[in-house]
Formats: sequence, structure tokens, C-alpha cells
Amino acid sequence: MKRGWAKCLDIEQPLILGEQTEMSTIAPSPRLVKRADAKRKSWVPTLLIGITIVYLGLVLYIPAANVFYQAFKNGIGPFIENLTQPNFIQAVRLTVMLAAIAVPLNTIFGLCTAWALARRQFRGRSFMLSLIDLPFAISPVVAGLMLVLLYGRQGWFGDVLQSNNIRIIFAFPGMVLATMFVSMPFVAREVIPVLEEAGADQEEAAQTLGANGWQTFWRVTLPSIRWGLLYGLILTNARAMGEFGAVSVVSGNLSGKTQSLPLYVEEAYKQYETEAAYSAAVLLALLAVVTLVLKEIMERKTRIKEVE
Amino acid sequence: MGISVQDVSKQFGSFQALDQVSLDIKSGSLVALLGPSGSGKSTLLRLIAGLEMPDSGKIWLTGEDATHRGVQERNIGFVFQHYALFKHLSVRKNIAFGLEIRKASARHVKTRVDELLELVQLTGLGDRYPSQLSGGQRQRVALARALAVEPQVLLLDEPFGALDAKVRKDLRAWLRQLHDEVHVTTVFVTHDQEEAMEVSDELVVMNKGKVEQIGTPANIYDHPATAFVMSFIGPVNVLPSSSNIFQNNGFDSAHPEMFLRPQDVVIDTSPNGNTVEARVSRLIHLGWEVQAELSLDDGQVVTAHLTRDRFDELRLVPEQRVYIKPKDAKSFPLYYSI
Repeated sequence: MKRGWAKCLDIEQPLILGEQTEMSTIAPSPRLVKRADAKRKSWVPTLLIGITIVYLGLVLYIPAANVFYQAFKNGIGPFIENLTQPNFIQAVRLTVMLAAIAVPLNTIFGLCTAWALARRQFRGRSFMLSLIDLPFAISPVVAGLMLVLLYGRQGWFGDVLQSNNIRIIFAFPGMVLATMFVSMPFVAREVIPVLEEAGADQEEAAQTLGANGWQTFWRVTLPSIRWGLLYGLILTNARAMGEFGAVSVVSGNLSGKTQSLPLYVEEAYKQYETEAAYSAAVLLALLAVVTLVLKEIMERKTRIKEVE
Repeated sequence: MGISVQDVSKQFGSFQALDQVSLDIKSGSLVALLGPSGSGKSTLLRLIAGLEMPDSGKIWLTGEDATHRGVQERNIGFVFQHYALFKHLSVRKNIAFGLEIRKASARHVKTRVDELLELVQLTGLGDRYPSQLSGGQRQRVALARALAVEPQVLLLDEPFGALDAKVRKDLRAWLRQLHDEVHVTTVFVTHDQEEAMEVSDELVVMNKGKVEQIGTPANIYDHPATAFVMSFIGPVNVLPSSSNIFQNNGFDSAHPEMFLRPQDVVIDTSPNGNTVEARVSRLIHLGWEVQAELSLDDGQVVTAHLTRDRFDELRLVPEQRVYIKPKDAKSFPLYYSI
């Protein structure tokens, strides 16, 4: 019954609205008031910006710039020499291989997890959601130790592995596992919100038009999450290449054999080969710079999409 | 028979969305599923589409049992409330989607898309992206996309719900016209009774997971089967049966409440036969109609609608004494509140 009356009363509304707009033109603009306020307290932002710059300088900018300074202190010659050492080249190769295995596997896993968590309601969903963050919460050293306790000589699977002559700890497979563990959450974490925001509507629409699951994924789901996915990929790759703690526990740190780039930096530094350490560090830092630039581009693209 | 639903039930957790619903929809007709939110109308539409599976019961499409067919194999067109256009594809690509999935030749796709763009009056906008279109245009693209694959049935879920009033009115008329051209069996969901009555050949009024009544708009308006239908379709006064206004005029009922439409209240300025006395407490001008709120001596308030001509003739003013009687009133065994 109320519906009918409500509809009739709606017709009165334009009158009321008209009054409101008139009122607002007479009242002083709130923006003007605010600007006067800001003038009076203008030292606050200056102070805050100052503190931020000093803080970031000490913690971030100066150390980062120092890496480049130290590496090129004696000119480009020694720098190149350092980068052509066999142990260094082997470390780079290992790091690239670790990323080449961990990134695709974590991408596939991350996509499946993100889809299941964003599209399906099931028991233990929120538990699984927090479980994905486990690698963020656990110290990488502990993560490495967990692998040693499982696959090491004294570990649960130790006997089985040894009798079959399979080495995981202090070998490449262990490093892969450690890298996968620490870089696991990024893709899922980036893709879940994008999937949730996109909703299931477009996927359902594709199905009503005859698309099967595979076609729906390639033609509709993937294009709508592409920026989130790419961002997740970049972060996964950065973590996979930069990881120190977990990899260092499981690798045994054998130079020229199981030494990834971050491990090489540490060893070189300890051996008083400061220049070699800084040269390798420059390479890792460049990776970070490239990552940040890509991330910035991604974010800008996403923002443009959102505005549209 | 276009669509046949037999004893279909569907539960979400502890919520009974549909309870033993049966329904036949003639092929080529335009039917509205009408009901308040939570009445199960959208669920029923999604079950027909195959986007949900029923817990029990059967769904037949064009004479074939489609209960266990996937949504892809039902050959339906579905239009979503929020359009669900593919944001990363142009209008042309959106419309062509179903045809490309079916591996139609490029030439066929092009002619068909051109045809549909013309049908939905969007010729020239084919290269735009959904974000560059207005709400009404997006909904027309969604319709063209659904029609591209020549579906056996077209299903629309609150198709005009997200649009503003003016565009909604235009699109309604346009949908009716489109259906008269294309003749595909069409079912659309709405909670707006005016929209349902304006567009459809037949109404299915739903409440709490059940079908309350099926019939033509005129039939349902004139002969509502239940209290719910009477109060959902158009405004109504609900008054105790014991009120003098009914007792004096031979509207007797075993049920405690009587339903009286505002336009069925006859107003006069002098006593006339069995009229009862009332006081005009408020007058609201609605343009083509005047709504009068009338207080009876027993404290009941009756709302009446009278035409502008009749109003001018009576020259009603607030606080005036008037004499009223019901032209028609109904009562029902059970009263549902909405």
C-alpha cells in the first residue's frame, strides 16, 4: 500500500530540491573558509614534509645512492671486470633460473587461488584468505628452516630422499622451493581485489553467449584482470630475484654452485671484495628501479581505466 | 510452449528462494516477473537461463527438457541489470562475441553486427567502448549482444533498474516495439508494477518464492487473486470491514479487512443514498489527478483519487464536509503485508 502513496508524493520533490540549491548559493563557500585556515597553519605541512625528506634521505636515498657511488668509485673499468667474474655470472644465471621457475608456477597458483577465493563461497574461505599471507608474516629465515626440517638429512622426508639419491637441501631444488614460498602471495593478493571488483557478471554474460570455461577465461576474465596480474607478476619477480634469508638457509651458499645474486653480494662483502659486492648490488638495485618504474606505469594505466 | 517451469524449488543456505514454482510461458510472448525484492523473481530467471541449477523440479525450453543443460547449451539471450558489457571490447566486438564463439565467418559477423546496430539505433557507435556510452546506450548494446546469436528466449534481469526515470520510460516503449518486430519469447524481471503493466502481455506476480497470480495486466488489476497482489499492483486503502462505509453499502465480508482502490471512492458534496460523512483533511494536486485524504467520523483515513474535472466540479477545499461511498471493494482470506 505504501508504494502507491510514495510514488504520488515523489512529484512534490522537485520543489524542495529547488529551495535547497537556492540556499547553497547564498551561504559562504566552505572552500574559502578552509583556505584562510590553511594560511594560518602553513608551518605544519612544511615541518611534516621536512621530517619526511630527512627520514627518507637517511634511511633510503643516501644508502641507495652510496651503492652506485661505491661501485663506480674507481671508474667503469673495475666495475665491468667485477661483472665478468665466473662466480658472479653463475650467480646471475642461478637467480634468473630461480625466477624463471618460481614466477610462472606462482602465477598459475595465484590465479587459481584468486579465482576460487573471489568467485566461490565455501567453508574455510576466510581462513584460506589469511593463510595466503603466511609467507608475508613468517620470517624468511624461519621459512628456510621449515624446508630444512622437512627435506634435510634429519628431516621428515630425509630418509626417502636419501635412499633415492635426491638432494633438495643445499641444492638447486631447495632454493626453488624457498623462492616459491616467499614469493607466493603476490599474484593472488593483487588479483583477488580486481576479480572481486569486476564481479561475475561479465563471465556469466560470456557463458550465456555460449563461451565455455576456457574461452571465458581467455576472452573475458584475463583481459579484465590484466593490470592487476601484471603488477602481481612484477612484485613476484622482484621478490624471487631479491630473496636472501630463506634461500641462504637452504642453499648452503656454495660459491659458483648454489649462490644466487643476493648471496653473492653478501659473500663478496664478507671477503672484503667490497667493489665486487657493490657492483652486484648495483645490478640488484637496477632491478628494483626497473620494477618501480614498471609498477608506476601499471598504476597509471589502472588509474586511467578506473577514471573511464 | 516457449518455456515451462515445473515444481521448481531453490534454496540458498536456509533461505527458500523458490518454493514449488510452476509456470508456462507461450512462445513469442513478452512476460514480466513482478515482485518485491526477495520474492524469487531473479532466481527464477537465472534458473531458466541455467546460471543457477534448481534443487528440484524441471525446466523445459521449446519443448525440450533443459534442466540439466549448461547455460552455454540453452541458446538463451540474457541481459543483466548492470549491462555486464565486456569493458575491454568495443561495441562491435561486444555484439560479435557470441557469433565469434560460434565461429561464424567474418563476413557474416560483420553484416549481423551492422544489422543489430541499426536495430538498437546505435549505428555509427560501433567503435566506441562501453565506458564512452550512456546508460541507456549500454543497455541497448547489451540487448543487441544477446540478440546476436538469435536466442530461443530472451531473458532480462531488471533491465531498466539502473537507468534514470526518463531514459527508463523511453527504453520501455522501445523494448515493447522491439519485441513486436523480433517476436522472440521474452521474460523480464522487474519490481516496478507500472513498468510491468506497460510492457508485458502477461504478468507473473511473485511473493516469497511463490507465484501469487498469472494473468494479463488488465485481468490482474481488475481481479487480483490475493491481498498481496491487490496491494502490490497499484495503491489501495486497507480498512476494517466493520467500517460504516462498507456496512451501509452492502460490502459485507467474513474477513476483517477490505481493500478499496483510491479511484473507487465516490465523493459528493451532499448526502446521497448510503454515503457516509467525511472531512477533507488534505488535498494533493498531482496534475491530471487530485488526491484527497478524507477522515471518517470513526477515525479511519481514506485516500481518494479524483479526476481534475470532477475536482473542479466539486470545488473541494480543506476541512470541507463531504459524503462518500465505495464503488467497489474487495476482501481476501489472508492478508500479507509488504
